[in-house]
Amino acid sequence: MELSFTARNVLLGATMLGALGGTLGSFALLRRQSLLGDALAHAALPGVCLAFLLTGAKNPLPLFLGALAAGLLGSLLILATVRFSRIKEDSAIGIVLSVFFGIGIVLLTYIQKLPTGNQSGLDKYLFGQAATLVAEDLKVMAVLGAVVIAAVLLFYKELKLLAFDSAFGSSLGLPMCRLEILLTLLLVIVVVVGLQTVGVVLIVATLITPAAAARQWTDRLGAMVLLSAGIGAAAGVAGSLASASVPRLPTGPVIVVVSSGVLILSLLFAPHRGLLWGLLRERRVADRIRRENLLKDLYLQGERREDWDSFLSWPLLMGVRGQTAGELKSSARPLLREDLAERSGDSLRLTSEGRRQAEGVVRKHRLWEVYLTRRLELPSDHVHRDAEAMEHTLTEETVAQLEDMLGYPEVDPHGRRIPARRTA
Amino acid sequence: MSPTLVILLVASLVAASCALVGTFLVLRKMALLGDAISHAVLPGIAIAFLVTGDRAALPMLLGAGALGLITVLLVELFNRSRRLREDASIGVVFPALFSLGVILISRYAAQVDLDLDCVLYGEIAYTPWDTLTWGGTVLGPKALWVNGAVLLVDLLAVLLLYKEFKLSTFDPGIAAALGFSPVLLHYLLMSLVSVTVVGAFESVGAILVVAMLVVPPATAYLLTERLGRMLVLAVTLGVASAVGGYGFARWLDCSIAGAMASTAGLFFVAALLFSPGHGLLAHLVIMRRMSGRLSGELLLLHLQKGGEGLPISTLERRFGWPRRRLERVLARLRREDWIERHGEGVRLTASGAQALESSGRVELAHRLEPTAG
Repeated sequence: MELSFTARNVLLGATMLGALGGTLGSFALLRRQSLLGDALAHAALPGVCLAFLLTGAKNPLPLFLGALAAGLLGSLLILATVRFSRIKEDSAIGIVLSVFFGIGIVLLTYIQKLPTGNQSGLDKYLFGQAATLVAEDLKVMAVLGAVVIAAVLLFYKELKLLAFDSAFGSSLGLPMCRLEILLTLLLVIVVVVGLQTVGVVLIVATLITPAAAARQWTDRLGAMVLLSAGIGAAAGVAGSLASASVPRLPTGPVIVVVSSGVLILSLLFAPHRGLLWGLLRERRVADRIRRENLLKDLYLQGERREDWDSFLSWPLLMGVRGQTAGELKSSARPLLREDLAERSGDSLRLTSEGRRQAEGVVRKHRLWEVYLTRRLELPSDHVHRDAEAMEHTLTEETVAQLEDMLGYPEVDPHGRRIPARRTA
Repeated sequence: MSPTLVILLVASLVAASCALVGTFLVLRKMALLGDAISHAVLPGIAIAFLVTGDRAALPMLLGAGALGLITVLLVELFNRSRRLREDASIGVVFPALFSLGVILISRYAAQVDLDLDCVLYGEIAYTPWDTLTWGGTVLGPKALWVNGAVLLVDLLAVLLLYKEFKLSTFDPGIAAALGFSPVLLHYLLMSLVSVTVVGAFESVGAILVVAMLVVPPATAYLLTERLGRMLVLAVTLGVASAVGGYGFARWLDCSIAGAMASTAGLFFVAALLFSPGHGLLAHLVIMRRMSGRLSGELLLLHLQKGGEGLPISTLERRFGWPRRRLERVLARLRREDWIERHGEGVRLTASGAQALESSGRVELAHRLEPTAG
């Protein structure tokens, strides 16, 4: 695709910003300071305006320094307010964010009414307008980005400690407070770099969303930082290309939408942490528990009647566990499929293999009851409910050990026989 | 009605309703959810606008209210999945929704008068001319009606459910045990926040909404221990910020919303510094007084054990305090008549021994001393 000069600038800027934001965002996310970036972005506005008022020109450097100073001041005020008063962090962030921004708006409107006229275009500078990026801005961005990356590499070990166990760091004699300020400074730099590309409101997403997505894929900080930077950069590329090819599609929001999409996919499908796998696991366990319960119910009925051959009717089985016909049918289906039970009309009975498996479940249940009454000395009428849960979780190995420890008991605390271990 | 009066009334209505719900947000440590909602309602407004084709109040309120609730639900969904912490959940949800809103507006509504800057940063100065008409009659400024209704809803909810909100805010466990549903109250509060934010959003802009939700209640939080007083104070401070801010804005000829937020910040800083109970100055005074008392007691204790007339140079060496601090402490003790000059140094007087005894410091020192032998 042929890119115009502007589009190429936007592409470069958005990619750099994405990588930088992803890198720093990882640390902010782990330190539970996700919203600090939001506050810093808003707090930068009065700094930019003051710098403009003082220098009277839209020079990137003074504006940048102004934003940096105001952002740092804002973050220090948040830290100090939380440290020295009863105001909690969320309120402190909200206060700094809205009041600094309010002051910024006051200054901005004041500037716009100055006789020097409307040439400043400061609002575009802040509310995000990637198309206004010029080569000069990109140079500033590249230099600052290099500084930030160098600082992260240089202090990687210390920042890692800060992210995970700051108290341990202090006990090692590391200046954790100064490191915290360093991290905040780096965050402010990235935020200010990003203002022009994505705007005040969306900065927080360039920091947090890629980091949150990367977090789902790995438990290692190094991998998370790299992945997060990669996701950020990729979203930057996708966002700028999309906005270059579709008319009236603003860059910043598209970048955020792309990285949010990556986040949603990561939340659902990442190995280990993916919600989908968790749901599947839960379902599998629930299925197994339902299956084992039905096996056990059939077994108990047979045991009580001393009759293993008659079929048991639906209404009877539904009554045992208080199930609806539908629930019962869905738990019976796997038993029938695996030949553990057979069906005649609307009634069920265990096959011999089914009875063998049911004995395993009952065995676990009753041995656990014996263990609770003998070893933990619980009254025998208190142990059933606990055993109801344990019968689904104990492994064969544990049960064998339990049986050995208890001296191969023959009956449970209620006087019912404990089925012996059988080899298949 | 004069435009000035309309602006002041609208701002006061917004300030009051924001302060009412904001108080509970601040107490529940959910201040930033207000921030998130106030940004995330944008797509709701955009969709309502695209569907109806004009800026009618009710569809926009409904659309934005729905998005407010969606924001809360999404944040809680992420939270409860335990894959993201609360701050991160907020930080990813509202920018995503806001982005959708910006894209919708710039793709499909850019040519019409749904001005992004205006929706976001608010131009309360226009409210007097955006009037509501019903069957041909002009009923007056739309913002006045909308925000008046919102305030009424908030006021009714807080008055009727005061006890319930209070209990579930301070002790959700007890509230649940007594049969109030903290979850239901939580969602009710979130709905109130959404409605309030939405009502205010269009007339004063997102940032002033955040300022009004968080700053006056936090200021009130520094000034009182009682919920009832905190609510009244927050509303008062909010209205005062609105009125004062308007004055500033007229004087400097600048953004009214910005000036109101700045004024609220000014009140907060004043409370942070000078609040009698929780201000930094009060803390400083208490700390100094306590450290002075402690130093005095330590000196008395030392004199009691050191016997007759310890020279000041010895005390200085033993305590390692700067000379000025030592002299200040000694001067205070001498004023109280607890020590007296004795030869080259100072010694305890009878009343000093008594003061030391009643301070409990002696007993504490005994207990801390390793037992001899």
